Amino acid sequence: MTISSPRQASVPLPMWQGGGTRMGFFTDTSICIGCKACEVACKEWNDVPDLDPSWSGNSYDNTLRLGASSWRHVAFVERPRPDTGVGVQWLMSSDVCKHCTRAACMEVCPTGAIFRTEFGTVVVQEDVCNGCGYCVSACPFGVIERRADDGRAFKCTLCYDRLKVGEQPACAKACPTQSIQFGPLDELRERAGARLEVVKNESGHEMAQLYGADETDGVGGFGAFFLLLDAPEVYGMPPAPSYQRRDVATMWAAASVAAGVLLGGVAGAIVWGRR
Amino acid sequence: MVPAANPRSYYGLPIVKRPAWTQEVPWYFFVGGTSGALAATSMVARWSANAGLERRARRLALAGALISPALLISDLGRPSRFLNMLRVFRPTSPMSVGSWTLAGFGSALGAAETAELVGLPAAMVGTAEVAAGVLGPILSTYTAVLLGDTANPIWRGARHLLPFVFSGSSMASAGGALCVAGPVGDLRSARLMVVAGTAVEQLSFFAMERQLGALAEPYAEGRAGTLNTIQRASSLLGAALIATLGRRSRLGAAVGGALTLVGSAALRQCIYRAGFQSAEDPTYLVRSQS
Repeated sequence: MTISSPRQASVPLPMWQGGGTRMGFFTDTSICIGCKACEVACKEWNDVPDLDPSWSGNSYDNTLRLGASSWRHVAFVERPRPDTGVGVQWLMSSDVCKHCTRAACMEVCPTGAIFRTEFGTVVVQEDVCNGCGYCVSACPFGVIERRADDGRAFKCTLCYDRLKVGEQPACAKACPTQSIQFGPLDELRERAGARLEVVKNESGHEMAQLYGADETDGVGGFGAFFLLLDAPEVYGMPPAPSYQRRDVATMWAAASVAAGVLLGGVAGAIVWGRR
Repeated sequence: MVPAANPRSYYGLPIVKRPAWTQEVPWYFFVGGTSGALAATSMVARWSANAGLERRARRLALAGALISPALLISDLGRPSRFLNMLRVFRPTSPMSVGSWTLAGFGSALGAAETAELVGLPAAMVGTAEVAAGVLGPILSTYTAVLLGDTANPIWRGARHLLPFVFSGSSMASAGGALCVAGPVGDLRSARLMVVAGTAVEQLSFFAMERQLGALAEPYAEGRAGTLNTIQRASSLLGAALIATLGRRSRLGAAVGGALTLVGSAALRQCIYRAGFQSAEDPTYLVRSQS
């Protein structure tokens, strides 16, 4: 497996619209050790509020989900080994905002608070967001969320401030096993393809798959994609997320016909109701 | 689509988030939807030279247009930033389209009412009324696109039928409001609106449940299930009363109209609540994508 130095992972100077290289994450869950350094580093760097401590009983996972104040979430699946049935298999995966190619949160945002940066990432402008909550229902991954005491929506910024000065995101920097890799997206995809072969053929993980590396998927590929050892839903992620503008167009077509039915019905009732 | 036999999940935790919206939103769907259909009624009544119906429908619509923004602003996480809704026009966002529609709709209704009160030429009142009458049906149905354009399985899965549920329900509740408010003389049109609107509403809702298949479960369970029973009983009883007793009796028409309004409001609450139940159980989402 290729090991990238922090130097290689640094980003080119910011360039606006079209000129920039799309940057992202490749989270290789096959080498995640569940240390949660990413969760901690993210909270520290981004000044994300803490949550009430609680014990879930779900293995080592007390974070449970991504949300307004959890921008990285390490999932722990603890189950009998599927091959031999003896002993325990651990699946650990650090989940994060997918920074979708077709980002539903951004498309539905009525204020323009959510925008795409020069790095191809998707970021909320907190000084514009008015807390309408539409993005919360729109996100196919259940990532973005409104912070109860604040009212606005928050999610991973892919450390926009760090990228601006040529640094890598806090979680990737803190990851001790390079399970979280940061870099130009096309390079990451290439590296992930090679890694998948190794994990599948040499380590014998038959269900191993890349999740979100394919530009032809429902959201046009993720800016932060994964190598998973089982189906996405096992990790709490949707099997086939989708956001298509043409779906929205057909909805508007249906709504237009329905509005016509309403107008026609009202007109008919008034004309027919006339004595 | 064949549902997966045994969808797996991560400790049964939800995949998509529960809606962040509050009770004000389904109330707005009801008030705004009714108001939109009333504005259309007012416009057509003017063409039909029915000044009594025109004025009554317009004033009821105006009341709804004044209540609607208050409901929407109070739902915001940052109500003081409500003007940000009109900061940009974003055609990709049904909420942006809706905010602009509501702003134009309310302004047009206000202009029509004001123009009439201060005695401006009838043509000016009529022009403003046409603007409101055209925007009205959009106001009544865009909220269905708003719900359909989410990742919520029970809303997204019915995205092409929801607009018809909403347009039928809006027509019925507009008729219901007129039956409650109006004198017997004008009620024939209003009663026809109730009966036709309820038919469209209930048939579309039925078709929606059929299309959703297993995903429609929340409509039969929990609070959404209860609300579904209330909306169906209330709407059907209201329409039946309007079609029979309401013909002769002022009281019958008023009670039937009130039941229609209750049914229409409960319908919006039911669909809203079903969105929570649909998001809470990850198997719905996994099934819808398998």
